[in-house]
Amino acid sequence: MRRVWVLAAVCACVVAWEPETDAAQEFAVPPPPLSEDYYPCSQCHADLSTDPTPRQLTDEHTDIVFDHAEQFRWCLDCHDARDRDKLHLQSGERLDFGESYRLCGQCHGDKYRDWRAGIHGKRTGRWDGEKQYLLCAHCHDPHSPRYVLRADPAWTGTSDRQPEPPPQVPGSQTLPARREGQGAGGH
Amino acid sequence: MSESKRQVTTVDARQASRRKFLKGLAAGAVAASVPAPALAQGGRGFLGYSSWAEYFQKNYLLMSPEEKAAALRRLEEKYSAKYGRKVTVKDTGPREDVLFAYALDLNKCVGCRRCVYGCVRENNLPREGEQIHYIKVLRFEDGVMDFERSDRYYDPKEVPEDGYYYMPVQCLHCRNAPCVKACPVKATWTEPDGLVVVDYNWCIGCRYCMAACPYEGRNFNWQDPVIPSSELNPETHYLGNRPRMRGTVEKCTFCIQRSREGRYPACVEACPVGARKFGNLLDPKSEIRYILENKRVFRIKEELLTEPKFFYFFG
Repeated sequence: MRRVWVLAAVCACVVAWEPETDAAQEFAVPPPPLSEDYYPCSQCHADLSTDPTPRQLTDEHTDIVFDHAEQFRWCLDCHDARDRDKLHLQSGERLDFGESYRLCGQCHGDKYRDWRAGIHGKRTGRWDGEKQYLLCAHCHDPHSPRYVLRADPAWTGTSDRQPEPPPQVPGSQTLPARREGQGAGGH
Repeated sequence: MSESKRQVTTVDARQASRRKFLKGLAAGAVAASVPAPALAQGGRGFLGYSSWAEYFQKNYLLMSPEEKAAALRRLEEKYSAKYGRKVTVKDTGPREDVLFAYALDLNKCVGCRRCVYGCVRENNLPREGEQIHYIKVLRFEDGVMDFERSDRYYDPKEVPEDGYYYMPVQCLHCRNAPCVKACPVKATWTEPDGLVVVDYNWCIGCRYCMAACPYEGRNFNWQDPVIPSSELNPETHYLGNRPRMRGTVEKCTFCIQRSREGRYPACVEACPVGARKFGNLLDPKSEIRYILENKRVFRIKEELLTEPKFFYFFG
């Protein structure tokens, strides 16, 4: 009987361990967009005792707008209470922030599938070779994930929601008033 | 148009003497001996040509490897001198077992036009005077897909706007391309990897292809394009983003200078929301095949049987 348990434990380890290395090798992502004011979390939380009761935070982290099925969820569902600088899956497996797509993929399986295939989200690199992936959190705020065009210019090339200028109305440049000083034929 | 041509067409019958008649004949003979492209392109200096080699350059499809190499060298020298910096002109060929296709996620597009200007920078499109944009972003009211009711001049403070959606349109690289059939001089054709390209030097500027294209995928250079030297993209391709001249038709080539090197087109990289997807239709593992197999896709004006290789989908 004991042998069976040992075998089961070994299997569980293998199962729990394998996807982690696979995922880490599979997707090259830029560093996660962590706030320098808060990260590493352990710099404050190391000295704080953990209160696992879901509640409204009033002293710290009040700037976080929590709009992500908040009636069912709370910080420690994703953030790990024992290792403050990590996240954890429902299984209890701890992950780095750089692997957070696995955490999001627990619920958003369809989007995770598309993301892995390179369909959901921005993909750069080469069509015939290595691609660079972005984390879910580079475009979606995990606490309030509805998409708005305000992502970090370093990843997505834009930081504001204003569109680029509209095209010219055809012929507007060839009207005589606009043509003066410009020469009829360019140069 | 050239001086000689104008002379030919303005011979007045009432004043025509034998001498004038012979002069007119001679001028006509000169004009007739000039290959058609010569009349269309520019019309300054030697009919707009900078050398005899350029004047006698063949259709790209008919050039021998040596003639191609010479033409590329000549163009590199010409552009480098004109823009005062080193410009390279390649003619990287198509790869085996590659057929390029594009897909665009209409659920994601926010109408920000980053793709339009990414394309302008990459493809050396004119910055002043008559503008050319390969990509036109159309705005539709929700629930409408009537091109005549689309708006391409929308200019709000912020996008996306409530009650609207956006559809960028560019050359769709049709498998059954009407523009290619319309060209009277074979200056445009479909490459083996599916890209519809133009030999700008061979184009006579008749714009039949523009009339034939149901997607407004082609653009005409009414003026000599103005590109500031500092903004020129010096990595160019003969069939792609090398500087063009007045009187030629040009179009999106899926950034042939990038895609043939394995890179994504500039619009794919410029899109902040990742709505644009590009890849090899013949590779079962490519992004484009995943979309065709797993998403609902459509092509615009499918009923025309042009078989575009540009798919719209809802991701």
